[in-house]
Amino acid sequence: MLRTTPFHPRTGPLCQAKNWRRWAGYVAASSYELTHEREYHAIRSAAALIDVSPLYKYSVRGPDAGRLLNRVVTRDVDKCAVNQVMYTPWCDEDGKVIDDGTLSRLGEETFRLTAAEPNLRWLRDNALGLNVTIDDVTDSIAAVALQGPNSREILKHASDAELDDLRFFRLTPARVQEVPVTISRTGYTGDLGYEVWVDAERAVSLWDALMAAGEPYGITPAGMLALDVSRIEAGLLLNQVDYIPANKALLETRKSSPFELSLGWTVALGKDQFVGRASLVEEQRRGPASHLRGLEIEWESLEEIYAEFGLPPELPTIAWRTSVPVYSNSKQIGYATSGAWSPTLKRYIALAHLRAQHAELGTKLAMEVTAEHQRKSALARVVTTPFFDPERKRA
Amino acid sequence: MAANRYDAVVIGGGHNGLVAAAYLARAGKKVLVLERRHLVGGSAVTEEIYPGFKYSVCSYVVSLLRPEIIRELDLSAHGLDLLPLESTVTPLPNGDYLARWADHDQTRRELYRHSPRDAEAYDEFGTLMYHLAFAVKPILSMVPPDPTSLSPADLRSLLKLANHFRGLGEEKLYPLIKLMTMSSADYLDEWFETEALKATMSASGVIGTFLGPRSPGTAYVLLHHYMGEIDGAFRAWGFAKGGTGSVSEAIASAARGLGAEIRTEASVARVIIENGRAAGVALESGEEIRANVVVSGVDPRLTFLGLIEPDELPSEFVQAIKRFRIRGSSGKVNLALDALPNLACLPGVGPHLRGAVSISPSIEYLERAYDDAKYGSFSRHPYMDIVLPSMIDPDMAPPGKHVMSIFVQYAPYELNGGWNDAQREEFGDAVIDTLSEYMPNLKEIILHRQVLTPWDMERDFGLTEGNIFHGELSLHQLFFMRPAAPWTDYHTPIKDFYQCGSGTHPGGGISGASGRLAALTMLEDM
Ligand SMILES: Cc1cc2nc3c(=O)[nH]c(=O)nc-3n(C[C@H](O)[C@H](O)[C@H](O)COP(=O)(O)OP(=O)(O)OC[C@H]3O[C@@H](n4cnc5c(N)ncnc54)[C@H](O)[C@@H]3O)c2cc1C
Repeated sequence: MLRTTPFHPRTGPLCQAKNWRRWAGYVAASSYELTHEREYHAIRSAAALIDVSPLYKYSVRGPDAGRLLNRVVTRDVDKCAVNQVMYTPWCDEDGKVIDDGTLSRLGEETFRLTAAEPNLRWLRDNALGLNVTIDDVTDSIAAVALQGPNSREILKHASDAELDDLRFFRLTPARVQEVPVTISRTGYTGDLGYEVWVDAERAVSLWDALMAAGEPYGITPAGMLALDVSRIEAGLLLNQVDYIPANKALLETRKSSPFELSLGWTVALGKDQFVGRASLVEEQRRGPASHLRGLEIEWESLEEIYAEFGLPPELPTIAWRTSVPVYSNSKQIGYATSGAWSPTLKRYIALAHLRAQHAELGTKLAMEVTAEHQRKSALARVVTTPFFDPERKRA
Repeated sequence: MAANRYDAVVIGGGHNGLVAAAYLARAGKKVLVLERRHLVGGSAVTEEIYPGFKYSVCSYVVSLLRPEIIRELDLSAHGLDLLPLESTVTPLPNGDYLARWADHDQTRRELYRHSPRDAEAYDEFGTLMYHLAFAVKPILSMVPPDPTSLSPADLRSLLKLANHFRGLGEEKLYPLIKLMTMSSADYLDEWFETEALKATMSASGVIGTFLGPRSPGTAYVLLHHYMGEIDGAFRAWGFAKGGTGSVSEAIASAARGLGAEIRTEASVARVIIENGRAAGVALESGEEIRANVVVSGVDPRLTFLGLIEPDELPSEFVQAIKRFRIRGSSGKVNLALDALPNLACLPGVGPHLRGAVSISPSIEYLERAYDDAKYGSFSRHPYMDIVLPSMIDPDMAPPGKHVMSIFVQYAPYELNGGWNDAQREEFGDAVIDTLSEYMPNLKEIILHRQVLTPWDMERDFGLTEGNIFHGELSLHQLFFMRPAAPWTDYHTPIKDFYQCGSGTHPGGGISGASGRLAALTMLEDM
């Protein structure tokens, strides 16, 4: 049986589209309205409320909590101050990524790690001999993301937190109308936004308070379809889509290192032991074989392709998540893993794994598109990610 | 002095003038835009007339903004953000309503409620219109050829056009001809029986014209909506975050980024003409500015009868411009609201408040409204197209408050007794009274009201006779004939003097097409 999240008493009736999908054993709304357009625009121009409770959440506590995490993740946890959040991947012994998530330091010896896939056993196995308690708190903690340019105003009205002082990737304990919560300035949209963490029992009260405070600011419940477009615009990876977790990959070639995912900045080779370190040191010396990059597919090229059939370009109406070949001079040199038309940038964008020698910014490549059932290739250019990176995200 | 000389001076900082300036600057030209008002945008401006409330003073939805402009000037990077405007609700006199929603199936079910036959016809109609729109759309991005000319360039573009239509086949060509010649109401009669549906759709054909829904040549504009659908990904049809002024601001920012200079509160008095060529402009202040070429983004009447000495122009051209139909017929009312209006037919808050509300219950209603105008008064029960911008972009008003934009037709420029302050208020009252029949709480929630008559539009926005499109978008004033043959390709009878406003092909609306095509034409000559 798929489970419903603690917000379901509210999200259920709101979901007019009855459009649900599975997410880590829960049902999650794909879109609340019949089309996800307005929900997307709420993220970028007003505020959207997104139930992200299905994320796996682990509580890691005890005198050795920091040591354990430092052993597992690639970032340097010693540098994570109390009330700070770090985005980090973690790897297997060969330095291939298993999962990625955010690590919040709630106290000197208290952390919370989010993950896309179950990681309890991995964490416990690595904790052998350490004085640390690891619990799966996925069910007991609900989380909702409030994202968009108006999110700060709304939270200011709804909570007692000092939000003007809360920097990007910091968190603060707060109250939303008597409900104790943790507010972190994080999210999966690349926009100004927050995630609010709450005891599952108080989830509905939190939802109601946020919706009420947000009403004059255009708050809109948004589902996964809208989120997917914005996370691609933000250049944020999705496990099982943009990379295959190393512990699930059937083929060696399906695995990716953090360097190959362009997450080199998260690898703190300076700290002493952590899982995968030796391989990563070696890979850094050698240089990664491929890079995950942004691609922008050229509109003029799409127009030409479709004009052959007497049609205007037909674009997918939702973000796609299939593997699509990428070529250089008709030779395949990589594959795109997700893409979308960006309504904000008015550009057709994709994330792609490209062989290192074809991954320079500005390189001209081609991506396969299917027009009238025929394979064509559209010109594309390697560009920086995030595709969309508004100042307000950090301001 | 030489340093002060410009390659091009643009008269008028409307969105078309700004687009032209951006393209000229992009090609490396030294460009100056001169705008009379304190802000750029012309009919596409956002102003805070009442503190905290932002009005899209004139135009309120973006129609057919050319995707190539969005792309080539990278307007997204300059802040352009187009939001969906999804539904249209037409309240009916019997307390019911007719709605068209963003979701296709939902619309079909709704139409079914009114007429199962129309619900089916709607799809078929949509497919046909989409095809026709696809055939006609390239015209929007094409410099109109002179059909009487034998120049290779003109022949080439005529050929391109002919090829395009040839590809259509008879089953599409006939409907296209019908569309080009019939009235919107007659055309829609062939398809539908639901009065409110026909009236709401045909209203788009009479916007900005002094014509009624049964006047021939009004059907063509129906196509514009379907053209918007083809450019759907770019949301050529939508609501600009921050109001329509933000479209102008984005274009201005792109133009500045490319090196164009923009001066506001710089009203041009006349074009300086030396030896039959434009050599610059003289401002109201007396200042003279020299340039190699001059382009006017103000309407054809003002341009040719106001900024140029009449003896500089051929007399038949002057006559043609005098005949150019530019009768204003629309008004605009903007409201600041303390709360949301309640629709009697659909009470409470709902998705319908994020779309348009159209007061167009029947063709007869529209005709009555037109009759009033024919005899020199404003419509007592006008056609109205209403949106609540703050429901789409909450930042348009303080939290919890709202703004309402009401486009009103008909309000004839030639009003019996003439427009004055008292008439303006009476007109505003007629609008609010009519609307209150459908929104019972309206009068209680109004904090501020701004009423614009054609007279105000002429005075404040430089629109001759208050015509919102710089001249009617009726068939005999489009394409080969806009504003006056053969001067339809952005050239004018005066050398080095060009036109780039909505008075040229492809005409009014926030499309930017005239500005872009004019600049490309100028660059070919420069
Ligand atoms: C009430 C109203 C509602 C409308 N609604 C819509 C709508 O919803 N959607 C849509 O797409 N279109 C709408 N339109 C039409 C659309 O706004 C216009 O077609 C378009 O904005 C015209 O742009 P433009 O650049 O060609 O001319 P304008 O915007 O008219 O620009 C001309 C500029 O020249 C300036 N100027 C005039 N004289 C001088 C001078 N002597 N010296 C210097 N500067 C001068 C003016 O101040 C103005 O800024 C509406 C128009 C009006 C008036």
